[in-house]
Amino acid sequence: MSRSNLGDNIQGGEVMLPVRTGYILLTLAVAVVLDLVPLPGWISWVWPDFVAVALVYWGVYQPRRLGLFPAWLLGLLMDVADATLFGQHALAYSALMFAVIFLHRRIQMFPVPYQMAHVLALLLAQQCIQLVVRLVDSAQFPGFQYFFASVTGAVLWPVVVAVLNAPLRRRQGADDV
Amino acid sequence: MQATPQPIFKRGPSLAVRFAFFAFLSLALLASDARFRYLEGIRTVASVVLYPLQQAASLPGELLTRTGEFFVTQSALYRENERLKREALLHAPQLQRLAALEAENAQLLRLMDAKPSPERKTTIAEILYESRDPFTRKVVIDRGTNHDVHAGEAVIDNVGVLGQITRVFPFVSEVSLITDKNQSVPVQNSRSGLRSVTFGLGHDGALELRFIPVNADIQIGDVLVTSGIDGTYPAGLPVATVANIERNAAFAFARITCTPSAGVSSFNRVIVLSAPPQMVPNPLKTEPVAERPRKGSAKP
Repeated sequence: MSRSNLGDNIQGGEVMLPVRTGYILLTLAVAVVLDLVPLPGWISWVWPDFVAVALVYWGVYQPRRLGLFPAWLLGLLMDVADATLFGQHALAYSALMFAVIFLHRRIQMFPVPYQMAHVLALLLAQQCIQLVVRLVDSAQFPGFQYFFASVTGAVLWPVVVAVLNAPLRRRQGADDV
Repeated sequence: MQATPQPIFKRGPSLAVRFAFFAFLSLALLASDARFRYLEGIRTVASVVLYPLQQAASLPGELLTRTGEFFVTQSALYRENERLKREALLHAPQLQRLAALEAENAQLLRLMDAKPSPERKTTIAEILYESRDPFTRKVVIDRGTNHDVHAGEAVIDNVGVLGQITRVFPFVSEVSLITDKNQSVPVQNSRSGLRSVTFGLGHDGALELRFIPVNADIQIGDVLVTSGIDGTYPAGLPVATVANIERNAAFAFARITCTPSAGVSSFNRVIVLSAPPQMVPNPLKTEPVAERPRKGSAKP
């Protein structure tokens, strides 16, 4: 708690409640569960990488609370879950987190719909890192539908922001005396 | 004496340095996993952490099918029951003959002084989910080392060979499907007896037979069954049907694609066949044993 400063709790002129560590852990656990949901056929192609989207959210709004290490650790977890090469997601997620923390002040300046463009670029870059790792490891290019997940992730960004912000909003009228 | 002043706020190394550290660590992990597979221990720990999350993830789907099963109509149940009875009747004569054939086979093998094929233990498992990795064809099943499942064992469903267990964790294990790019299955053409190996192509619903001469006896619709010479898959399980043959005299080999018999998308219950208990001993290791009697007989 001592590490969070006041500036990180202001979003679009609204002062948010301080973020509890438990809440961050809960959202990340839910993101992992959503990534593991068994899906039939084409839905699995458009199903976004919720862990990456959640990392972008926390990187943008709480860059001091969630650094590179949690992103890297989550990457390792997803490597095991997806039975991919060890370090593939870890590399992609730590690069994603680096870019998000580097750009967080810029992204925060924009209204949420405009942030979608940033999120799309970040998610695509993250997927490209994974793609390069796999191509080096003699895999075949799976086709351009591979990138659909990033597009849906970016499209869902306003929803994600709204849902994750909801518990952090102060009750209306709490400050009105 | 100090050249740089002490920082007012301790913030640790800069973002770029931290990123460089984690990127290097990831690359080291990638290299060691791709080349040497040193990190199975860490994988096991992570898999145990993941297990409750995996269970939670497959819960909604399971709930949906359970409620769907609950509200199934009586006529549907009646029809299914009729169909199963008919199938049981169809299979009954074959099963009755099987007992006699097995006895006969055992006797013939004894006459020829050959070893009978070992009995295999079967474990029924459920597919938890298909791996989200678009580069490989893998599924995760809900049986692991705690249920006596080992890496390398064959996995089949009710129609044919599904794949092979490539990694085991305490509660779950990974199955590489025969359509995975690195999977190969030794097969035999059930019509002509031609032996070959199928190779996965890395995408759903297609296998390839390589190194088959252009003039080989193979036709569209031929059923390929496991030949059993690898010791992993027992002989005689259906693997695939030949779907397309391109015979081009310019090349030494024909291009043959097949459709796999088993389908992951259609069933979520699979059978794990345990590995045979004994393999043929390594002939090189028995040499020193053979020398001993000679020395002993020389002494007296």
